Amino acid sequence: MKIVVCLKQVPDTTEIKIDPVKGTLIREGVPSIINPDDKAGLEAALTMKDKHGAEVIVLSMGPMQAEEALREALAMGADRAILLSDFKFAGADTLATSTALSYALKQLDYDFVITGRQAIDGDTAQVGPELAEFLDLPQITYAAGIDYKGDGVFHVTRKVEDRSYVLKVKAPFVMTVLSDMNKPRYMSVPGIIEAYREKKIDLWTADTIKADPARLGLKGSPTKVKESFAKALKQPGQLYEVDPQEATKIILDKLLEKFVL
Amino acid sequence: MGFEMTKEMIAFQKMLKAFVENEVKPFAQETDEEEKFPVEIAKKMGDLGFYKIVLPKEYGGAGGNYQMYSLAVSEVAKACATSSTVLSAHVSLCMAPIYENGTEEQKRKYLPKLATGEWLGAFGLTEPNAGSDAAGQQTFAVLDGDEWVLNGSKIFITNAGYAHVYIIFAMTNKSLGLKGISAFIVEDGTPGFTIGKKELKMGIRGSSTCELIFENCRIPKDNILGQEGKGFVIAMKTLDGGRVGIASQALGIAQGALEETIKYTKERKQFKKTIASFQNTQFRIADLFTRVEAARLLVEDAAIAKETKRKDLSMRAAMAKLYAAETAMEVTTKCVQMFGGYGYTREYPVERMMRDAKITEIYEGTSEVQRMVIAGSVLR
Repeated sequence: MKIVVCLKQVPDTTEIKIDPVKGTLIREGVPSIINPDDKAGLEAALTMKDKHGAEVIVLSMGPMQAEEALREALAMGADRAILLSDFKFAGADTLATSTALSYALKQLDYDFVITGRQAIDGDTAQVGPELAEFLDLPQITYAAGIDYKGDGVFHVTRKVEDRSYVLKVKAPFVMTVLSDMNKPRYMSVPGIIEAYREKKIDLWTADTIKADPARLGLKGSPTKVKESFAKALKQPGQLYEVDPQEATKIILDKLLEKFVL
Repeated sequence: MGFEMTKEMIAFQKMLKAFVENEVKPFAQETDEEEKFPVEIAKKMGDLGFYKIVLPKEYGGAGGNYQMYSLAVSEVAKACATSSTVLSAHVSLCMAPIYENGTEEQKRKYLPKLATGEWLGAFGLTEPNAGSDAAGQQTFAVLDGDEWVLNGSKIFITNAGYAHVYIIFAMTNKSLGLKGISAFIVEDGTPGFTIGKKELKMGIRGSSTCELIFENCRIPKDNILGQEGKGFVIAMKTLDGGRVGIASQALGIAQGALEETIKYTKERKQFKKTIASFQNTQFRIADLFTRVEAARLLVEDAAIAKETKRKDLSMRAAMAKLYAAETAMEVTTKCVQMFGGYGYTREYPVERMMRDAKITEIYEGTSEVQRMVIAGSVLR
């Protein structure tokens, strides 16, 4: 079995700096982590490897420093790491990102592809589904579990707000996973030593993946960022335990106070 | 003397911090209060390869280095000194002497299982009348056909009762004094070998510290470790390495206490200001932080000396242990003071850290013994 896990290195902070001109994220100087949903995807792949035997390939598009995230994935137990890095990829929105990733995936053999549901720095949840479209593969989003009994059919639990479904799917397919599906393992001591001393990271450029340059990076990104902002902390609401008559008065007063009425 | 971290070390520290935060710290208080041997933590450390760090791959190790080992002991000790004692005693006092002195057969038999943590290790040198004066050994071993017969007892043995492999020192020829001591490998369950009284301690209370009793305990002839009569040399060399571990532990305790205190002084308000805004607090923190950093440099230097097999390892390890242990004691005592009344309660971890710190000035050679070692090198 071969599994490709797409992962993204994201800034480990809620206070992200934004380039005021381009409207894109400034990653330099901010501590980075593997995006939590993607890390759960890696854990799901590694669990599959433990149980059934699999080659786990991690694939990331990003600047050279994303190598650190890939080394972490190798130290956790991934077998091979590929970094898509080229100035031609810079400034990519979700469409250009999934385009580049799909070109890369066309160079690889796999049974299925795992991506995180969404990245904490963008919250779009678009790359996984777009990837499935470009690859013309069935997709299962919001996966919370995957089970395999060795018969060529994967049982994927899909979790939505108030219910979950178990879907049967045959390879190849794409699934996007939720961070709460598992508790990712730690890097191990031998894993770290191998990842840093023995394993190499394959560096792929736009040429390697034979992609159309017009569809990559800023050029291939139709998204225009209108405004970027850090999420403000919401204050908890006020709770009144009063009778309906008094409640009506409180609501009216509040609406008057805020000039709604 | 620049110790810039490699990318590998940065990743390793990131893993250690996450592991300690989630798997060690939440259990540190109950480990102490209930005097509970941290079985789960010991297993998890084994699963992640903590015991493999310095061991070469051919024996099931990870092929890392002593700087990584030292960092692992320190990071664990920041949250739970007991757990770092388990790690340090297992690796430095049992695995290291087998790796450094064992026959190929002994290495193949013991090291892979010790490396995974399937077996824990211990080291038995101290006796009621042979502490700092190791030459006073009264445990003796006599060769009887194809077996050594051990009689005597050991005290204050770390990991006792939980270990499977014990490195035991015994007189094989009393008339030769220090040159009449030999080292042996004794496995748990060997008839005639029993665990005696468990010590009730001030600190590292989850660590198991017991008496070992040998009554006509027969072990195979091949279980002698190193040459007959070389036991004292093996013990001293083992302790040189062990002191790198204890120095790292002491450093970790000091760092852990200081981290807790820095956090506390920024939150705790008196006279309408955080106590961190008082110059008295600032100067104290500055002094303690400087002292901890000085200790860290000595500890890293000792780890490098062990890794590179420097000839002056004895002295360097002794300096690191002496300074780090006294730093741990000073820092934790002052941290309790900065916490005030709360520091004296068991609600905060600094009182435990202060109790834990004390052992680092005593075991694997007291601070006085370290001074003897250092002076012996300097005045030679």
